[in-house]
Amino acid sequence: MPADATRLLTLRPEGLYCPEGDFFIDPVRPVARALITHGHSDHARAGHGAVLASAQTLDIMAIRYGEGFAGSRQAAEGPLTLGGVEVRFHPAGHVLGSCQVEVRAGGVKAVVSGDYSRVPNPACAPFEPVRCDLFVTEATFALPVFHHPPPGDEIARLLASVAAFPERAHLIGAYALGKAQRVIMLLRAAGHDAPIYIHGALERLCDYHLAQGVPLGDLRPATMDKAEARALRGAVVIAPPSAFASPWVQRFADPVIAFASGWMQIRARARQRGVELPLVISDHVDWPDLTRTLRELNPGEFWITHGRDDALMRWAELEQRRARPLHLLGYEDEAE
Amino acid sequence: MKAFADLLERLAFTPGRNAKLALLERFFREVPDPDRGYALAVLTGGLETGQAKPALLRALVAERVDAELFAMSYDFVGDLAETIALIWPARGPARDVPLAEVVEGLARAGKAEVPGLMARWLDALGPSERLALIKLVTGGLRVGISARLALTGLARIGTVPVEEIGELWAGFTPPYRPLFGWLDGGPRPEVTARAPFRPVMLSTPLTEPDLAGLDPAEFAAEWKWDGIRVQAVAEGGTARLYTRTGEDISAAFPEITAGLRFEGALDGELLVRRGEEVAPFADLQKRLGRKAPGKAMLASHPAALRLYDILIWQGEDLRPLPWSDRRQRLEVAVATLDPARFDASPRLPFSDWEELAALRADPPAAVIEGVMLKRLDSAYVAGRPRGPWFKWKREPMVVDAVILYAQRGHGKRSGFYSDFTFGLWDGDRLVPVGKAYSGFTDEELGKLDRFVRANTIDRFGPVRSLKPALVVEVAFEGLNRSTRHKSGVAMRFPRISRIRWDKPADEADKLTALTDILDEAGA
Ligand SMILES: [Zn+2]
Repeated sequence: MPADATRLLTLRPEGLYCPEGDFFIDPVRPVARALITHGHSDHARAGHGAVLASAQTLDIMAIRYGEGFAGSRQAAEGPLTLGGVEVRFHPAGHVLGSCQVEVRAGGVKAVVSGDYSRVPNPACAPFEPVRCDLFVTEATFALPVFHHPPPGDEIARLLASVAAFPERAHLIGAYALGKAQRVIMLLRAAGHDAPIYIHGALERLCDYHLAQGVPLGDLRPATMDKAEARALRGAVVIAPPSAFASPWVQRFADPVIAFASGWMQIRARARQRGVELPLVISDHVDWPDLTRTLRELNPGEFWITHGRDDALMRWAELEQRRARPLHLLGYEDEAE
Repeated sequence: MKAFADLLERLAFTPGRNAKLALLERFFREVPDPDRGYALAVLTGGLETGQAKPALLRALVAERVDAELFAMSYDFVGDLAETIALIWPARGPARDVPLAEVVEGLARAGKAEVPGLMARWLDALGPSERLALIKLVTGGLRVGISARLALTGLARIGTVPVEEIGELWAGFTPPYRPLFGWLDGGPRPEVTARAPFRPVMLSTPLTEPDLAGLDPAEFAAEWKWDGIRVQAVAEGGTARLYTRTGEDISAAFPEITAGLRFEGALDGELLVRRGEEVAPFADLQKRLGRKAPGKAMLASHPAALRLYDILIWQGEDLRPLPWSDRRQRLEVAVATLDPARFDASPRLPFSDWEELAALRADPPAAVIEGVMLKRLDSAYVAGRPRGPWFKWKREPMVVDAVILYAQRGHGKRSGFYSDFTFGLWDGDRLVPVGKAYSGFTDEELGKLDRFVRANTIDRFGPVRSLKPALVVEVAFEGLNRSTRHKSGVAMRFPRISRIRWDKPADEADKLTALTDILDEAGA
């Protein structure tokens, strides 16, 4: 590859920086100009001067942080020129509005993928493979033990549990942006037409999905009183993980506690959360999809933003691929 | 294998007993023979395992996965079998390998064939089935349910009471086709096995006020020994020792099994006994942990059987006889056995309840948990009928302890902090000494929950670390020394007997309150 693709991006305390274009991508501290890949709170933070992101990511940021989340905002549509570089957004298949950011200058190209997934998700456009000289990848599930099962199989397990325990409400922990709606859509796809109850913290993002043409079926607020909650036999209730530590749960009689996350593949993780029904449903690439993507894109070099970079570096060594860990701090697995 | 792996996974994560029973029932209803029979064998510990050692599986996986990537993965997952199950590279579309194929395949296979068989199955299965397979063949399966619970779940598919199943079940070998045929509505099968297990008669607890309604002249009393209840059967040259759920533990107690030189079935308490001295329960627990004890263990922890009852003798079923007749027959029978290993539990003379209460309050040995009351006219019947037999336990011991950690409960207590770790003072530090999750009312549960939320100083996952501000009275049945606990002691059956909202934490008991009890008992 032309050796200078790596000059397109550099690392600063605020995050990944493009000197020629004078902007950051998913910075963890407030900066003058930020390009945001998607609305998860570890990637999209409030307080930047100018924000460039997909229209949906901008909407999501406004929902989460209020209209004044940035000095100015611009929706990314088509190619743009920032300073001396050309910028393009491509779908990442992670959550509604999620994008990869392509940065091109002087005949070389870098792609910052943010978080991404190769499993079809009806809430967003599929990941678009963009050939590039430098690919910046996440490594959240970069260990060969992570093979996410087909999400439909996990939903089938959930529905089998609902059938086995028809008198118990099933409370599913799922993050508010992406995972909650994904679980709802998977349930609908599996033929579950009954009302699904959602915790108040999910309402606005579910409404936004509906407004964006993502069908979620009959949703009802799970803010009922104790008597009503006890009557909810066999219903599916979705809530953000934080709700499970709050007294909100106490209104349900003998619920089955489930949690939808890629981490649920590891039993110790599921036990740690006190989960009765772990559901392995992820918005990220698992090991096979991650390594397949790297082979397919075949970039001259790839960088690893966060996650299990040690294992991915070992893989790169075995495959004789050039790679570099960035050790970016501030990216949590929060949204998984 | 898929249904079985699913069942194991749900059982592992399901805390509630009723929920576990529902899962078991569903499984036994839906899964066909012979797989459900082999599953029953696995769940009740009745299946030979250990055909493949963890080292063999490591070698198989080393041929397929880079050693460094494996090491990182193992480090992250924390469990060898789980790591192998997850990391095993998938080969094409999955095939569900029936449990029977695995069990029968391994039974037929020579040692050299095991690696090839395992690799083929691991290639065919998905990750959670691979985990079940690995745990099964390495013998590392911890199902987390008792044989009794498995049988109770099984009983729900038919109309046969669990006691009757218990009696027959041990008489068959996996996959128990005649047993399942019976539960599905077929004829009751004939037991052909030798020295089968008979269902055990159990007692119900008694409290002081109950005594007023009982006539002391109608009851016999004996000590309640703190060992494990067993049944010793010797018939047609076959001798077996069973737990009270019908689990065969003959191999773990060879000195007892070898001494069963009679024709019949006896009921008693298994203890570790050195001469006349009955050792604390912890000594027996060491023996229970060994499936095949070595010479040194047999010498240092010799087992003995203290007999309570006689069920069958010389082919005659004595169970319908009154207890007083059976007692006479028992004494005659015991006289024929090796006195170093076998004796009859002594009958306690008493004329009124005060006298018995005095005996109970001051037993001659620390391994006595209380007294048993048995109606002189009681027949030996399966199960736990209320009335003929009572256990009247010693008053529990109590300490005042400080709540240190709280964890959210499950099931009906979902969302409530209801599982508590409590500690005692050791100098100016509080040392955790045990956990309790029962002993309070729903109203107290709510109050405790509010206390936890208001006094949290740290969180780790579902656990909260608390300001040491709340004292509870903890009742427990006994103490053991323990190297696994930081405090060096382990309580038996601790529960919260009273919440001391009034008592300041610095007035809680010291750790020495427990160690003194152990020192006194010479344990
Ligand atoms: Zn994300």
